[in-house]
Amino acid sequence: MKKIEIFRQSAFKENAIIIQILGICSALAVTNLMQNSLVMGLGVTFTLALSSMTASLIRNLIPSRVRMMAQTFIIAFYVILVDLFLKAFLPEVSRQLGPYVGLIITNCIIMGRLEAFAGKNPPLESLVDGIGAGTGYTLILLTISFVRELFGNGTLFGYKILGEWWIGWSIMSLAPSAFFLLALLIWIVESHKSKAGSK
Amino acid sequence: MEINAFVIFFAAIFTSNILLTNFLGMCSFLSVSREVESAFGLGLAVLFVMIFTTAINYAVYYLILVPFDIIYLQYIIFIIVIAAFVQLTEMILERFSPVLYYTLGIFLPLITVNCAILGVSLFMVIRQYSFLQSIAYGAGSGLGWLLAIMALAGIRQRLKIKQVPTGLQGAGITLIITGIMSLAFIGFSGIAVIQ
Repeated sequence: MKKIEIFRQSAFKENAIIIQILGICSALAVTNLMQNSLVMGLGVTFTLALSSMTASLIRNLIPSRVRMMAQTFIIAFYVILVDLFLKAFLPEVSRQLGPYVGLIITNCIIMGRLEAFAGKNPPLESLVDGIGAGTGYTLILLTISFVRELFGNGTLFGYKILGEWWIGWSIMSLAPSAFFLLALLIWIVESHKSKAGSK
Repeated sequence: MEINAFVIFFAAIFTSNILLTNFLGMCSFLSVSREVESAFGLGLAVLFVMIFTTAINYAVYYLILVPFDIIYLQYIIFIIVIAAFVQLTEMILERFSPVLYYTLGIFLPLITVNCAILGVSLFMVIRQYSFLQSIAYGAGSGLGWLLAIMALAGIRQRLKIKQVPTGLQGAGITLIITGIMSLAFIGFSGIAVIQ
């Protein structure tokens, strides 16, 4: 399979959040601000891509009984890198994200990609697959946080977009709106899919 | 932080429910909430594991990681503790209580990757809880999670006979119900604040 095809498949056709309903926790929690979503998306993409490649490199060395444990260690290693990087260079974002950076370890998207793809394919393909899945994840996060930040605070990436007349729609900054927006996205994609299927 | 452990316990159940306000443990929440019985089993297992791993992680963090100045290893250590504890529980249950093993056993492997468990340990460290506060927080979060998944499973069982738009079936409608539950839980805010 061509690399670009792998990328398109893991980013769009098999989008982790919308189609496979994986990794919802962090997708909902960090989407109140676009900046946080972007940082989180990049962190997950970095971890996903490199741990996919690493897991694929050593896929023939690890006995299948301890496979899960080894994968967890690989993921944890890259998550620690991301965490230290954020603490050093973006301390404010790191404080806002709080435990969600560490929770990338238990993000089911990463484990899912390692199991489904990296365990059977060569390193370079796995790297592309990881970047693809991470991109798909980031796009969804940015979509949700665009709506939440714009209507909740009237800002985008912290810049004022809507004027002084805008009164923050406070439910958009609270938890329920994240559930509703994600449900709406899933609804749109699913009905589009079933329409395309019936034609 | 000088907050009464009781306040933390109730706040963790209602005002800052680990699932409905912090979004932790969504994966198993969405997938195992079809039947009330299995939801109850998973909820109990989460509650049990959460209380004990919070206590163990507290001890490990303040007795080992802090004195040796290796706090950056906390993620790896916490996940090892959780995985080991789950494995151990599974073995003990299998050996001594086959009945309990058949009700809870199948859910235990799911728990290692449940982000609510790791999340509680990380929140405990970030908010600098004392030992008693940590236990109260772990127990409250576990109970809150159990409450949320039981409520959702009850609703979903009744939803089976209802007609839902095609695109919303499965995950879509479940998320909307969760959103409404989360809205309802906002009504509790003001009772206690632990942020």
